[in-house]
Amino acid sequence: MKKLNIIMILAFALTQLCAAFPEGEELLRKIDANMLSNTMKAKTTMIVQTRRASRTMVSNNWSQGTDKAFSEYTAPAREKGTKMLKDGDNLWIYDPNTDRVIQISGNMLKQSVMGSDLSYEDMMEETKMQESYAAVVTDETVYEKRDCWILDLTAKKADVTYQNVKLYVDKERFLPLYQELYAKSGKLLKTYKVQEVMQSGQRWYPKKVLYKDELKSGKGTIFIVDRVEFDVKIPAHIFTKAALRK
Amino acid sequence: MLKFILKGLLRDRSRSFFPILIVTAGVMVIVFMASYLDGFVRSMLNQNARFETGHLKIVTNAYAENISQKPYDLGFIDMGDEMDDWKKDFPGIRWTPRIYFGALLDVPDSIGETREQGNVFGLAVDLKDETVVDDFRLQESLVRGRLPQKPNEIILSETLFDKLGLALNSTVTLLGSSFFGAMSFANFSVCGTVTFGVEAIDRSGLIADIEDVRTFLDMQDGASEYFGYLPGGEYDDETVQNIKQQFNAKYNLGDEFDPVMLALTDQNDLGFLLLYMKFAMALISFVFVIIIGIVLWNAGLMNGIRRYGEFGLRLAMGESKGHLYGWLLIESLVIGIIGSVIGAALSIVAVLYFKDKGFNFSAILKDTSMMVENVIYTTLNWKNVLLGMLPGIMATILGALLAGLGIFRRKTSQLFKELET
Repeated sequence: MKKLNIIMILAFALTQLCAAFPEGEELLRKIDANMLSNTMKAKTTMIVQTRRASRTMVSNNWSQGTDKAFSEYTAPAREKGTKMLKDGDNLWIYDPNTDRVIQISGNMLKQSVMGSDLSYEDMMEETKMQESYAAVVTDETVYEKRDCWILDLTAKKADVTYQNVKLYVDKERFLPLYQELYAKSGKLLKTYKVQEVMQSGQRWYPKKVLYKDELKSGKGTIFIVDRVEFDVKIPAHIFTKAALRK
Repeated sequence: MLKFILKGLLRDRSRSFFPILIVTAGVMVIVFMASYLDGFVRSMLNQNARFETGHLKIVTNAYAENISQKPYDLGFIDMGDEMDDWKKDFPGIRWTPRIYFGALLDVPDSIGETREQGNVFGLAVDLKDETVVDDFRLQESLVRGRLPQKPNEIILSETLFDKLGLALNSTVTLLGSSFFGAMSFANFSVCGTVTFGVEAIDRSGLIADIEDVRTFLDMQDGASEYFGYLPGGEYDDETVQNIKQQFNAKYNLGDEFDPVMLALTDQNDLGFLLLYMKFAMALISFVFVIIIGIVLWNAGLMNGIRRYGEFGLRLAMGESKGHLYGWLLIESLVIGIIGSVIGAALSIVAVLYFKDKGFNFSAILKDTSMMVENVIYTTLNWKNVLLGMLPGIMATILGALLAGLGIFRRKTSQLFKELET
């Protein structure tokens, strides 16, 4: 009888514990709902901190869903006028000095964008998390004074760049605040730390993020969202190759 | 006494002919092999010095940490005054800047969009300096076209040129990352193609003038590496180590972007390779001494049997065993010297022939990434000749030392009995 009581107490405790953790899939759905929008227009600043110096680049960005995106660099002078277009799995870059449109593909997608800690793949891979990963909530923690769930994500498809991700998500705002991005081998490739957040309507969005390529020396790349608008009307011609040369 | 020994050796040919023949052959092989190895090492050092290491190389401390990755963004920039100081401190050394870089080479179609792409391994050198053109044997390596003469002209490896379906004077775009990490684009015209016989460069190499690449990578008056060459063009480790010590004491104060000097032997495991070659040569000499020693021991034993009567008579006449043993050793020394001199002379003839003609390994080396010239020339070095002769002499003495021991087993009391039979 005593043994039965112990088993029942343990089973109850386990049920309570499981009930306290939300479903991983449900959390991913909420994260996607918070982070993704039909369209987005933003002005961003990227500060690349290398061993030698740091450089600041400013760009205007437009996106539509997870498939289409367009960026135009406005500063510094050397990068001014450089444009990038993402359409599905394709990425093109336009350089005004050589007047060339160059397609980036294959191994080049793993190269750094503008010397930053972000690769072209990082920029391109804005997919729904629900579609790319299976999630398990493993624990909870306090990160930057915010209560967070800890999620372990495993890629559903082999072509996802980071096959495993450890993610801290804000319990109330459903905003990922910290991520560790791993290769299939288990090697830590990159970390993502939100340093400041902003509210836009009902959404909570990262305002300042530190990306760090863990395979590179340097202090990482700071990505700042200066201004962002969601679900605004964007002319269709923005997402065409013709817009690159305009 | 020497005259008497020589007479004995000349008149009794069976006593000297075979040992001299063996020593001659052995010394010839060892001197020739040492000269060939010297030539091989010299070729390897020259090839590495030309393409990869210089006799000396100056890089930043940060660059040196990851030198195999050639991180040009950790190289030098705005180098005017500093370069002048180095030249003043170490006159006679020829300095030349280089930039190694990786980039994407994009071939446009008729409307300026990507038609073909390939990754390139870029090498920027001072093409206005004729010595640099000679270092790379660029003129001899040209397969088609010509060397860059105007700004923004490049030469590509023949393999890459074919792979991308290019024609001479095609315009291509290089996409890379600038010294400061920014995205960098530049249009170039392909004016020629080369094949070096060095796999890494032949697969995807690009050669351009350093000024064009400095502009492309935003590296004003910079370089990723400065190569230094000793006057005379031959590597001398002692001189190089001395210069390196002085340079590093004066200029390398520990900051990550301070210059640090590397000797050729500090790079590409060449120091280890040189040590290994010396060890291999010592091992060859040692094995030679043992093998020839055993052969001559055997010959000595045979000789001992043949001269059994002679030794017995000499002992019976009152010559001491020690004196007889010493006599044999002197005989062997004379044989060793004669054999070694003949062997060395013959090997010198062979070495001089291949010093001029060389061994052509182009068919074997064409698919390897080894930094060795296609034709290896032997090097005549008196040190090698003497080092080859020494084991020849040692082997004969060793053989005689062992074979002669039989003398001490002879019993004086039985000598007459033996003589009677």
